[in-house]
Formats: sequence, C-alpha cells, structure tokens
Amino acid sequence: MSTVAHGVSNGLQRGLIEAKHKITNFGEIWGEIWPWVLGVVVMYFLRGNTFGDTGVSVGLLAAPGILGMAVLYTGMMGLSLELVTDKSDGTLLRMKAIPNGIVGYLTGKFVGRTMMTAVSLLLVSIPAAFLIDGLRLGDASAWARLGVFYLLGLLAVLPLGAIIGSLFGSLQGLGLLTLIIMGLVAISGIFYPITSFPGWLQVIGQLFPLYWLGLGMRSALLPDSALAAEISGSWRTLETAAALGVWAVIGLVLAPLVLRRMTRQATGASVTPEDPRVPAARAGAA
Amino acid sequence: MSSADLVVDVHDLRMRYGDTDVLRGVTLRIARGEVLTLLGPNGAGKTTTLEILEGFRKRSAGDVHVLGRDPERADEDWRARIGIVLQSWRDHGKWRVGELLDHLGRYYSPFSSPERPRPYDTGELLELVGLSKVANRTAQRLSGGQRRRLDVALSLVGRPELLFLDEPTVGFDPEARQEFHDVVHRLADLDNTSILLTTHDLDEAEKLSDRTVVLLGGRIVADGSAAQLTTQVAGRAEVRYRCGDQQLVHSTDDVTAYLRDLLRQEPEVEILEVRRASLEDVYLEMVREFDADQTPDLTVVPS
Repeated sequence: MSTVAHGVSNGLQRGLIEAKHKITNFGEIWGEIWPWVLGVVVMYFLRGNTFGDTGVSVGLLAAPGILGMAVLYTGMMGLSLELVTDKSDGTLLRMKAIPNGIVGYLTGKFVGRTMMTAVSLLLVSIPAAFLIDGLRLGDASAWARLGVFYLLGLLAVLPLGAIIGSLFGSLQGLGLLTLIIMGLVAISGIFYPITSFPGWLQVIGQLFPLYWLGLGMRSALLPDSALAAEISGSWRTLETAAALGVWAVIGLVLAPLVLRRMTRQATGASVTPEDPRVPAARAGAA
Repeated sequence: MSSADLVVDVHDLRMRYGDTDVLRGVTLRIARGEVLTLLGPNGAGKTTTLEILEGFRKRSAGDVHVLGRDPERADEDWRARIGIVLQSWRDHGKWRVGELLDHLGRYYSPFSSPERPRPYDTGELLELVGLSKVANRTAQRLSGGQRRRLDVALSLVGRPELLFLDEPTVGFDPEARQEFHDVVHRLADLDNTSILLTTHDLDEAEKLSDRTVVLLGGRIVADGSAAQLTTQVAGRAEVRYRCGDQQLVHSTDDVTAYLRDLLRQEPEVEILEVRRASLEDVYLEMVREFDADQTPDLTVVPS
C-alpha cells in the first residue's frame, strides 16, 4: 500500500472515531439535530393547512425539505465549522506535522460528516414518521431515492463546506454566512412551495443546491398528489441529479486549491491560545 | 565534524516579514544526539527559526539542511523522521489520550525500519511521559502539565531522530516543570534523539542542554555550553574590599593575578569579596545592551 493510501485508510479510522465521539455524547448529537427535530414538530402543527387546491398539507410538503436542509447544514456548515475550529485549536497544524497527516485529516472530516449526516437524517425521520401523516417512510423505493440524494447532496455540499471552512478565519465570519444561508432557505422552497414565488425568484432559488436537495427529498418521500406544488408538475429527477452534479464538480475542482492554500498557511501563528496561562506572544507573526 | 553527523546545518539564514528583518544571518549546527537550546527574549526570532527548520515557513535566504534535506522541499519520509512540539496546542480535545496516540502512531507505520521501529508502542510511550494513569481521559480534561506531556508523547510517537520543542514549559508550575525536565533528560538518552528546544528561561537552558545558543535580534550572539558561555562572555570579575576607611571596587579579567598583587601591596585590605558574573548576569546584560542599542520596531517581531 502506498503511504498516501495508508493516509486515506487512517482517515477512515479517524472519521469513525470522531463520529463515535459525537454519537456517544447526547449534547453533541442533540446539537446537530435539534433544528430539524424542531422543524418537524412545527410541521406537525401545520398539518391542518393545505396548499392551494392540492389537498396536501403545508406540513407534509415541508417535512422532506427539512431533511434536505439537514444535509446542507450538517454536511456543508458542519464541515466548515470543524475546519475553522481545527485551524484555531492546532488540530490542523498537528496533522500537518505528521506524515500524510493532511490526507488522513481531510478523509476523516469527509467520512465523519458523511456519517453524521446519515445519523441526523435517520434520527430526524423517527419523529417525522410518527408526527407527519403521508410520508412514504415505509416504502423501500423511497429509501433508495433518499439514499441517492443523500449521497449526491453530500457530494455537492461537502466540497463547498471545505471551501468555506478554508476561506473563513473565524467563527464570527461563519455566523454571518449562516444568516445568508437562512435567506437562501427562504427562497429555496423548503418551507413553502417555490411555485408560489414570483418567476424571477424561482430562477434565483434554482441556482443554489439547497432547492435541489429539497426537491430530491420531496421526490423520495411525498406522494404524487404533491406534484402539483412543483415547477412543471414534475419531480425532475434528471435535472436534480444534473444540478447537484454541477455543484459537485465546481466544488471538487475548487476545494483542493483552497485546501492547499489553507494547509500552507497553517503555522503556529494561526493557532489561538485559549488557555490564559499561555501568552498570545505570537500574534504579530504575519 | 563531518556533515553526515549533523542533523541540522544552517548557514546564513535570513527571514524578512515586510520590511522587518526577523533573522539576520543565523548559522547553526546541531550534531546527532545533541541537545541544543535556542535562548532569547520574546521577539528574538526563536519560533521563526524553528518553523523554518520544521518546513512550516519559507525562508527569505540562506542554506538550510535538516536531516540532510531542505525542509522546503522535503517529503513525507522526512516528515516521519522529525517530531514537533509547538507552542500552546489544545487540539484533539475530545480524544482520549491512548486513543489519540494509537491513531496518530498509525501514520508512521509505513516508515518503520528494523533499527527504528515505528510507531512507538502506546503503552511504553505513556509510561515514558508518565501518563499511564490518565490513558482513558479525554485530552481536554488533562491538567496543563499533563497536556504538555501528551504533546511531547505525540511528538515522539514516530520515534523521531530530531525533536523540536518550542518553549515547552511556558505556563508550568515548578512541579510540572521539573517533571517535564525529567522527561527531556530521558529522551536525550533514548535512541540518540537530537533535540532543539527554545526557551527564554536561562535556568532551563542550563539544566536541559549540552549547548546553548543565544539569539538576539535575529543574530546569534553567543554559542557554547553554560560553562563556556560564562567564561566566553563573562571573563570579568568584580573585586570589592575595604582599605582603611575606604570602600573600593575593581573590575578585572584576571582575578588571581590582581589579588596576588593587591595583598602584597596593601596589607590593610579587609572584607575582601570576589564576585564572578553568573550566566544569568551575562544573559541579562546581553539582553539589556541589545535593548538599549536597537530600534523599537523589534518588539513586534514574532518570537
């Protein structure tokens, strides 16, 4: 086995260990899933409102979109958050000091986030199964679709998360980005069908991966009676795959460049001392 | 000394950030198995030097060879042969001590050789740094001294030929400092590991190293064992005595000859006192002289 392949296999172990740290800690796992559990509960209370003349409740229409949002947040934002944290606490620098450490580190991050996203989707679909009537959670073909869009979605958003995490230097910066993404959620037809928005807004919404993640999840979990709420009354499966694929290609081309820059810049000066006993003597290093 | 015996061979190393010169021609050699301390006040250029040797920073000019390679062009094989303890690490907080050593050790196994089996056995390593009892504790729950010893263990897991320690005992209480010094002494005897450590604590330099190099304002101003440094820069001694009702002080390079003459010529001498400068006096004097001479912009230079 080449030493790089060895780094990748170490990264697999690393991802599993880090996922274990999260999954075996209630605070950690709850921190990952609470917004989606809350979202499902809110959708339960919206079960009485139907959309247009479809007869389908607004709550049922939105529930799969929440899973799509969970993929975006757990994958993309989760990864960027971890990168920013690891830059400042010295984890990235530690891995840089180890042979093939960066290969292992990045593999571990992708594996860890892939697992956390799967665990989040599964944990959120439990309350969804109980609370939301009409989701096709008992249907094997629904799970197959769910699996495909989960993987394709991660392929689209994980590289973006790596890019964001490389470019942002602080958690404050990421906070600002979170606000922008909330705006994106509003125009991506997650909570309310995109067909009720003006045409120009629909176009903008479809430029971003979140709309397609939501659409993919709806195509897996909703009955065909919900199709009336979609653009051109279709699940547009091919278009969904193509749109997520384009985002994946963009991300996979750019991410290595940005990650390399981030790794090169990681020195002792990028590590911020948290321990008050350790003086911040190196803050002046350029 | 032939160049094959040198683990570090630096010639005229220069580093410039913007228009600030941080290193102004550092020449430095470390022999295999040697423990060398880079001593200097904050801002002297210690960390910059170390980061260049570790391959983490590009130098502005000069020749640098570490384990026979230029760190800027070194590969993973080279990386596997050096160990690094940087300042203020608090990484991998959620990992258990033993789990982390096991995991990071795995990266070194492709670089194992019969004479240097890699990685180090986790149990042995925990024993060496005195962390066996907390092997199952998460890193974030260790005390400051324990965490630092974990950092040392992590730097050793690949059984390095050369170890870099950057101000390893900053923030330690005296007990933790003593424990840490014991660990470094054990390391130096082990596997013929060469060690380069930085400190601004002179006492530490004296205790830990075979040789001390004083770095001031990006230049090496003294180089030798503690004893050599004292004689090299502090040859002068101060003689105080009373003669009649006069209190006299005389500074001299050759105390013995001066005293022989003095006692022969002045039979009235009493309360005679000879004081030779300690290494600490010498070092503080060097720092003071330097501070008085230099431009104030050096205070913002990274250490």
